[in-house]
Amino acid sequence: MEKKKHFKVDFWFVITLVIVIVFALFLVYPLFSLFANGFKDADTQTFTMNNFLKFFQKKYYYRTLWHSFLVTTCTTILAVGIGAPLAYFTTVYKVKCKGLIDILIILSMLSPPFIGAYSWIVLGGRSGVITKFFASTFGIETPSVYGFGGILLVLTLKLYPYIYLYTKGALKKVDASLGEAAESLGCSSVRKVATIILPLITPTILAGSLLVFMNALADFGTPMLIGEGYTVMPVLIYNEFISELGGKANFAAALAVILVIITGIMFLAQKYVVNKKSFTMSSLRPIQAKRLRGGKNILLHIGIFIVVFLSIIPQVTVIYTSFKVTKGSMFAKGFSLKSYQSIFGDLGKPILNTYKFGLIAIISIILLAMFIAYITTRKKSWLTNIIDSITMFPYIIPGSVLGITLLLAFNKKPMLLSGTAVIMIIAFVVRRLPYTLRSSAAILYQISPSMEEAGISLGDSPLKTFFKVTAVMMLPGVMSGAILSWITIINELSASVILYTGNTKTMSVAIYTEVIRASYGTAAALASILTLTTIISLLIFFKISGKKEISI
Amino acid sequence: MSNSINIGNVVKKYGELTIIPNLSVQIKNGEFFTLLGPSGCGKTTLLRMIAGFNSIEGGEIKFDDMIINNISAHKRNIGMVFQNYAIFPHLTVRQNVEYGLKIRKIPKAEMKKKVDEILETVKISDYQDRLPEKLSGGQQQRVALARAIVIHPSVLLMDEPLSNLDAKLRVEMRSAIRDAQKKVGITTVYVTHDQEEALAISDRIAVMNQGVIQQVGTPEEIYARPNNVFVSTFIGHSNLFYGKVGRDSNSTYVEFTNGYKILLDNLSQDCKAGMKVIISVRPEEFSIANDGLKVKIKNRTFLGKHTNYELDFSDSMIIPNQPSIEYSQDLGQSTKTYEAGEMLSLKPNAYKINVFTEDGQKSLIKGCD
Repeated sequence: MEKKKHFKVDFWFVITLVIVIVFALFLVYPLFSLFANGFKDADTQTFTMNNFLKFFQKKYYYRTLWHSFLVTTCTTILAVGIGAPLAYFTTVYKVKCKGLIDILIILSMLSPPFIGAYSWIVLGGRSGVITKFFASTFGIETPSVYGFGGILLVLTLKLYPYIYLYTKGALKKVDASLGEAAESLGCSSVRKVATIILPLITPTILAGSLLVFMNALADFGTPMLIGEGYTVMPVLIYNEFISELGGKANFAAALAVILVIITGIMFLAQKYVVNKKSFTMSSLRPIQAKRLRGGKNILLHIGIFIVVFLSIIPQVTVIYTSFKVTKGSMFAKGFSLKSYQSIFGDLGKPILNTYKFGLIAIISIILLAMFIAYITTRKKSWLTNIIDSITMFPYIIPGSVLGITLLLAFNKKPMLLSGTAVIMIIAFVVRRLPYTLRSSAAILYQISPSMEEAGISLGDSPLKTFFKVTAVMMLPGVMSGAILSWITIINELSASVILYTGNTKTMSVAIYTEVIRASYGTAAALASILTLTTIISLLIFFKISGKKEISI
Repeated sequence: MSNSINIGNVVKKYGELTIIPNLSVQIKNGEFFTLLGPSGCGKTTLLRMIAGFNSIEGGEIKFDDMIINNISAHKRNIGMVFQNYAIFPHLTVRQNVEYGLKIRKIPKAEMKKKVDEILETVKISDYQDRLPEKLSGGQQQRVALARAIVIHPSVLLMDEPLSNLDAKLRVEMRSAIRDAQKKVGITTVYVTHDQEEALAISDRIAVMNQGVIQQVGTPEEIYARPNNVFVSTFIGHSNLFYGKVGRDSNSTYVEFTNGYKILLDNLSQDCKAGMKVIISVRPEEFSIANDGLKVKIKNRTFLGKHTNYELDFSDSMIIPNQPSIEYSQDLGQSTKTYEAGEMLSLKPNAYKINVFTEDGQKSLIKGCD
């Protein structure tokens, strides 16, 4: 008797259904309404292409696309130019304080980019410390930190760590014998790098640069703070959305659609590169770091320390200035704890909100990720395949777009969520689920299904076995992604800044609004707490996992 | 062109740790020379010193008369086959083989001819346009071999090239390597921990332990007349018995602790009457005879060509800590097999057995000192 394959109604089927509903409600439906809104006329609500035509006809609008491309491309090139050589040299040569360097680089990657923008304004802005110093001592005018150059500086220093970590990972997989084989065939060391090492890590660098490209393209905080007249797409979307609010957000939606299409293409390109061009390498004997001697060694260290110093400047500035006496928007001589007093008084709520929303979001993420990873790898069906594809969406939706999307979808009854904490948490979960999901799926592939079968064969129910065996074994992998989700949740700005209200303000939003109001002292104090939270989270993770690195 | 390798008093240190204290050996032009030893004995270290991937802390290595200590690896004109093959994963089979020729700026036409030829020799012409990840272990091995040989290196260095292959493929590949090496006539240094492989493939073998060469010789010499107890137990199996030398008016013999005597006429001059020794008998050097050592069978294992009997000698007769004391019965020649518990009378072959000093460091057979 041949039976048609039906879905068995069991625990996993229920879970699958729940996830489908969650995704349909909070991802597919909002995105659909975004697209629908983009093609609607603001007044008549009928189908039209006018929103798109308006964008491409007015220079004021379409130049932002050009700005975005320019700044993003330059950032990517610079990030590769810094990150890849840094990774190569720290792998091949012995470098002092390697552990510290890695942690500082990871830290600069994980703190919100607008902290970078803010610090560089404090240092090199119109009334910045460096600007004033050069003006009063030498009478020299330092180059402006605002506009294109400023965005480029901040984004590069924030994003090169991606390339660094990616390249480092790839170099770890290159077996030392490959380089030795080349040498044994008569190859000089420069040629060895060009013909063997570089081709082997190129796919990884390419994948990393596409990631940097998407991140730079989607970033909102940096260009908003330091860009001034140099408007990029996310800033334009935000401005249009804010100014249209009250009216209809159709033009902003159309802009968001354009951005999503671009990031979607970039995402597909990245997937293609990773799948097609990567080599399966496993190294039994990774490349051993050699000690450089004399002048070369000193040069190497100077170069590395300069890069690391530049990337950690924002954190140092923020923490230093948080203890300064402030007079209005200016920092004055002397130290005080006033900034901290004021944030624990008036601004205590955002701190509490950040941890509260963050914890709820991260718990939801861990549960969702484990279940989704399980059903998409172990319970394959057309339904779970669809779920698998939908989980890619968050990769291509920039934060500001997600904010708009959720607002458009949930601003009327029966699904009135705008202004609530729920919508903030939804945004966090949707944006940061992929990190945990990816690491959960990765570890699940390494756990043999026979582990579970063993549990069942000994008389445990499949469900109990999942929680007692599989889930426990998954935990290390899940956590390595969850740490990233957590840190990026507490630093989230671009979606929150659209979704927040006075009651649901988080720390990063508070920093942003304080900077806009030029209350640099309180902004610095808040940013210090955020940075401290990030550092402590990382240290706890390193302690528990026994590792000194994170996987991105 | 191929050349000899002269290694004189070389020293290898990692910081304070000395891996090779003082090692000298001459490898002749065109020979297949194997470094054999347990893991950690320094054989790969020595090979990598010849290749130029490890520094040399003392002594010198010469290719013919040229000292190469300070010549960097890529200028030594070596061919090397790595344990994990080290095939470049981003290049096709053909591009892998061409790699060294391109560096040597060989003209296109000549390069094509050379590559075609070598691909044919190692039988991988059919796969030449594939990427390495599509190849099996044996095929990757052939690519590695072709890539190393095609540049006509002065010496060919192979670091446990067969250890990642399954048993059957290993036997097949070892004759492929042997054939290719003979055809090109290139001096080859081969590292392995597999004694059977070493015996099958080598012109000469150097047995190493703890950074010291224990013995250099042809496979036959090393198996039949080991220099010391380490070599006799590392290559093949040897049963070790306590014994002492005895002399009559016109004969010398060794005596087991139970009084059993074997007349030997090939003991060296160093043997004094009453001297304590170790008698080493290989399992196949016993034969069933009435005037033999009486011993009970502890266990037996049927192995097809022969049957192995584990023997139950008293502790006072045998050196402690041996894995087993065995007699190997050649089933092609015998009519009767025995069961566990039965008694055997086994006579050691006086022409074959070896005698070592009490400390196991030196052979007492004539011509082995």
